[in-house]
Amino acid sequence: MKFLCVECDQQMAFGERELPGDGTLAATFKCPKCGRVVAMLTNPMETQLVSSLGVEIGGRTVPAEAFEMVNSMVVTGGPAWSSDAQERLARVPNFVRGMVKKIYADYAKERGITEITPAIMDTARAELGLEGM
Amino acid sequence: MRTYHQLTDPDRSGLAEQIATQRRRVAERLAGVRRIVAVMSGKGGVGKSYVTAHLARALARAGHATGVLDADLNGPTIPRLLEAPHAARRTSDEGVEPATGLDDVRCISMGQLLDDGQPLMFRGPVAESFVWRGAMEAAALREFLGDVAWGSLDMLLLDLPPGVQRYIELCDILGTAPAVLTVTIPTPESRDAVQRAMRAAVERGSELLGIVENMVGAQFEGNAADDLAGEFATQVLARISWHPSAAVWDQLGSRISHIQPPTSHAP
Repeated sequence: MKFLCVECDQQMAFGERELPGDGTLAATFKCPKCGRVVAMLTNPMETQLVSSLGVEIGGRTVPAEAFEMVNSMVVTGGPAWSSDAQERLARVPNFVRGMVKKIYADYAKERGITEITPAIMDTARAELGLEGM
Repeated sequence: MRTYHQLTDPDRSGLAEQIATQRRRVAERLAGVRRIVAVMSGKGGVGKSYVTAHLARALARAGHATGVLDADLNGPTIPRLLEAPHAARRTSDEGVEPATGLDDVRCISMGQLLDDGQPLMFRGPVAESFVWRGAMEAAALREFLGDVAWGSLDMLLLDLPPGVQRYIELCDILGTAPAVLTVTIPTPESRDAVQRAMRAAVERGSELLGIVENMVGAQFEGNAADDLAGEFATQVLARISWHPSAAVWDQLGSRISHIQPPTSHAP
């Protein structure tokens, strides 16, 4: 999208972007000739639509990280698993892996633990009597 | 008053350039993939994921480095079919590492990222989420394509959900139409639905590798695969019974791996 200062017949230049934190976005544009500034205000739905494209109004200052959208926008439903913990979980036989994972996830959730590590798994195993899992 | 295309001053947001960067990222990531094949069907429940997983395993057993991208974001089944680690989201300098499943097939799936039983949900305004949800799913597909460190692959199989929407998104993200392997069951109902999907694939310019007829046996009547093969001038690559032997998959893998892409359709 572009903004035109009709009076000056000039394309307006991007000024700054603000994210107030309520899901909305504000971006200002300035006419390089007369100096008039307008603000574009988007509602949460519009902001989300722009965000879903993986672009940033005003331009990117750093390259996108791997899985930037997936990591920030997908609701995974459980605590994060460290790499070591993932490897350990992968060694659990497939037919019980889901159940074991849920036990550890529930344990973490009940205690407000946001990331499951091998140390957390050891503690949970000792507390819950999960020898061998 | 001047219109959009008449305004040509440099745009600091550079949205078009940002989109172009995303496409370059996908292209660079997939540069090491010799062949991309979309496994699709207009019909649900015909066994696309089942065929994809077993085909991938057969290719891998034959010595072809094979990956599977589970593009069925809302109903992912590839991790279970390949017995891939459930919680795989390791990131290295190269990107997100795919999980490794049976027969060393590499895979990525939304099923590996979501908690058990958790439906795919996105953070954002709940009201009228239908407006942006499709775009979010397309963005997730783009990140699966652009951010997973597949390494060198002989073949990347894309397991698509029913319908043609994800296929169209895939074409847009790749910037080209991938080769298509079609899965159907014998029934006329399946034929009609698959026919629409194949027509969409042809219109987009995909190479039709052929048709796999799944669930062949006394349970379902019909000639869907033969009818579709005749209409679209392609071949029936395999007819899969309810309890196929490993040899059936190996034969299918051999046939697929020997189909050379036409120059205009590479990769």
